[in-house]
Amino acid sequence: MNTFDTNIQLVYILAAACFVVGLHLMNSPATARRGNQVSTAGMIIAVVITLVLLIHDGTVTAVGWTVLIIGALLGSVVGLYSARTVQMTAMPQLVSMFNAVGGGAAALVAVYGYIHDESAPGGVLGTTSVFTVLDVIIGSVTFTGSLIAAGKLQGIITGSPVMIKGGRAINVALAVVALGSAAFMLTTASLPALLLVVLASLAFGVLMVLPIGGADMPVVISLLNAFTGTAVAMAGFVIQNWGLIIAGALVGASGGILTKLMADAMNRSLANIIVGGFGTGDALVAAAVTGDAQIRAIAADDAAIQLAYASKVIIVPGYGLAAAQAQHGVAELAAVLESQGVEVSYAIHPVAGRMPGHMNVLLAEANVPYPQLKEMDEINPEFGRADVALVIGANDVTNPAARRSGTAISGMPILDVDQAKSIIVVKRSMGHGYAGIDNELYTNAKTSMYFADAKKAVADLTSSVKTLVGA
Amino acid sequence: MSTALVTDLTIFVLALLVGIEVIGKVPATLHTPLMSAANSIHGIVLVGALLIGLTAHTTVGYILAFVAAFFAAANVVGGYVVTGRMLKMFRRKAQPPAPAPAQAPLNGQAQDRPHEVRR
Repeated sequence: MNTFDTNIQLVYILAAACFVVGLHLMNSPATARRGNQVSTAGMIIAVVITLVLLIHDGTVTAVGWTVLIIGALLGSVVGLYSARTVQMTAMPQLVSMFNAVGGGAAALVAVYGYIHDESAPGGVLGTTSVFTVLDVIIGSVTFTGSLIAAGKLQGIITGSPVMIKGGRAINVALAVVALGSAAFMLTTASLPALLLVVLASLAFGVLMVLPIGGADMPVVISLLNAFTGTAVAMAGFVIQNWGLIIAGALVGASGGILTKLMADAMNRSLANIIVGGFGTGDALVAAAVTGDAQIRAIAADDAAIQLAYASKVIIVPGYGLAAAQAQHGVAELAAVLESQGVEVSYAIHPVAGRMPGHMNVLLAEANVPYPQLKEMDEINPEFGRADVALVIGANDVTNPAARRSGTAISGMPILDVDQAKSIIVVKRSMGHGYAGIDNELYTNAKTSMYFADAKKAVADLTSSVKTLVGA
Repeated sequence: MSTALVTDLTIFVLALLVGIEVIGKVPATLHTPLMSAANSIHGIVLVGALLIGLTAHTTVGYILAFVAAFFAAANVVGGYVVTGRMLKMFRRKAQPPAPAPAQAPLNGQAQDRPHEVRR
């Protein structure tokens, strides 16, 4: 490595340090924006020094510059447009698309390395390592897997688990083909083997994500995020670039941590999620609570009285709230209650929404101050002091049945909504959540059901409260 | 195993540990921006895409360079912009101070949101 190359690597390390500092600043909402700026600065440094290297090297052809510049410009426009226009409810799809293109680009770097080096003097085998094939495999799996995940989230592909007959056997076969050809690639320069690895990995990505249900998406996105990071790190090994290795490792760690948090929040193992969706074979446990159960319905005016004269209200939002686009209405209801001196906070379950932390972003967009957004561990002890818990669009994560053994959700960490002095559940019908079981919270003596669409219910509650307090 | 490879592996493992340490401290409130930030960071694969240009002299090479640059640029630009957009929404206090909506009911915080229209 000559002095120039060494200096370049040092600049990449500087960029990587910016990424670490940037991520570190994300430990609080107050500093997170600065963190993103520091990280952006690191990225600009990395890209600029790469351009310096390309110019200094002088081997990039005119066509080479043209394809790089046009490709990067078009990509920037697409990225900028989607980032500016995306709805916050569609955030998971966008993140998934970024995973797809990131993983795809990482795979292409390794594919190019293999194709190029085959024609180079000394042949491909001298430069191809296990990292090349790992990059191709992980990158390709991430590419199609993320596309399928985005399609499911967007509703282009059905959100319910798609079970293909013999799917698991096909997956095993694909894995064997991919790994077998990959091993062959390492010992014999062979483009067909490379093609086989790519195709088998792409197919594996599709079949891996198709059987996973919509409620498991927070786990899947986190996992694919970890995959992308790993693929980029592998690409770093292939081109011997420390910037890519460090950045990829950071993302791999982040995705890994989030995957574990999400899986824990649903009390399911990763293997269990990958193998199949909820609602398979759990039907027998449902009967336990139905029968003599009493449901109490409540009208808007009565609910408004409870809310307006409470001293502490905890709002429990779930994905149903986001699906009904009711987050702005909820924020307004909370503002009205606060103006009456009611203490309002939000109880956010880790898997509320379609990706980790999704609900927080949706509420932040609706102008809810972040100190009111409470994590599960923080809010659970407070339910006992709450006069009213208002559950909107959340189901399984409030079901006390999770505390008992022998139900479909046993052991899943839940919000202790049933500890509140009274409970109002806004729901369209008595339908089941993803776990497909009755929610024992609804038959609790302290619970009143307010049957309506979340958005309409929230608007009606707000106007009832306003009428009541004469605002 | 070559020295270079050992160095690379060392860097990888240490970066992984740093990542676990740093990211473990991010509160759940920020998990979506965190993932989006991580997304933009893996956009550094743009560097790898650009480096393809160093040796690409064939049609296949150019096509791969083009697609990789396109993918990676979309990743990195989109990732940073959307992360910034999200983080901008996280406020300690509601934009109009909390009592304001009481004085100016209905559209005190006039947002161009459809829910405002329906009432």
